[in-house]
Amino acid sequence: MARTAMEHLLDARQMARFCSDGLIVLEELVPQELNEAVYRDELTVHPQGYEFWNSSEAIRKVFDLPQVNGVIESLVGRNYVYDHSYLHTVQPKNSKSQNWHVDSGVMNPNPHHFDIQAFYFAHDTPIEMGPTLVLPGSHLRRACYWSISRYKNFEGQRHLAAKAGTIAFMHQDIWHCAQPNKTDRTRFVFKIRLNAAEQQRNLFRTDGYDDPEVIEILKTQYPWYGSDWQKEYFQRLEFWRFLAGNDSIMKKR
Amino acid sequence: MTKKRQQLLFLCLVNPELSSKTIAWALYDGASGADSQMETGDSAVPPYGSVLEAMRDGWRVIQAPQLPYFVHGHENETGHLPWEYLLEREVEVNG
Repeated sequence: MARTAMEHLLDARQMARFCSDGLIVLEELVPQELNEAVYRDELTVHPQGYEFWNSSEAIRKVFDLPQVNGVIESLVGRNYVYDHSYLHTVQPKNSKSQNWHVDSGVMNPNPHHFDIQAFYFAHDTPIEMGPTLVLPGSHLRRACYWSISRYKNFEGQRHLAAKAGTIAFMHQDIWHCAQPNKTDRTRFVFKIRLNAAEQQRNLFRTDGYDDPEVIEILKTQYPWYGSDWQKEYFQRLEFWRFLAGNDSIMKKR
Repeated sequence: MTKKRQQLLFLCLVNPELSSKTIAWALYDGASGADSQMETGDSAVPPYGSVLEAMRDGWRVIQAPQLPYFVHGHENETGHLPWEYLLEREVEVNG
């Protein structure tokens, strides 16, 4: 497989954001003409759900875009494996929220080896339409599927309100849930999961990986961490050393 | 005829001290209808700033988190929020 042009790979600041938050949200990644083609298919083609990938040529074009492939390659390399995809819908005037969960019942034995899930919004998804709710910084926690479903709200939770053309690339272990749709239009989000098949080191543009600006991103502190903040920072630095391919960054002797 | 129903409130704090700040919360209301529960993502501000504040409003603490024993080699792992208090209140309903 041909390597993606360097300009499309994530840079060190973007990758540090992914390391800290467990996701990176990229706006205007997909041109409007293609967003409209996908949205037309979301409204009309069948079968949907797991089969939308096969039903819609437009959705496959989205994931052929060099700027989309560049992000994927930065996170899981070139030799990733397609796991599954699904067109998620929330019907109009649906007031029920989904419970908090992680997308697997099998514990990930090593969060440094992770799948990614890309959430693509083909239409504008304002907060009243029920964009996915995520808990930034939750991806390095040991939790399993519905083990977090008793929680309802966290200080620091984030509604992924998005403009058409936005893709949120998420670590497989991030805590998230679907939200109510108060509008009179169906809310769509297309999700695709990709398995990493190689060591996820040095896959992005690593220059500047220890710049002060990057280190500041790695120090991002979320209010819901509470007294666990230092443990989170400890684990996050371990993750960054792995991703950036330097085991001695900020290491105490 | 008046009946009593239980409300449960989970408050997760910054640390195990009962007046420390609430960072996560969930209310399960046995007195309300099925569609009027607290939902995920429906509030940005907790109902009480701390467990002590909730106690002063009539909530009773029925479970406090056990202090952890840190296993060597795993002391820096994190998972569910550790400082979770469970509180209850009984309210009267008609019917």
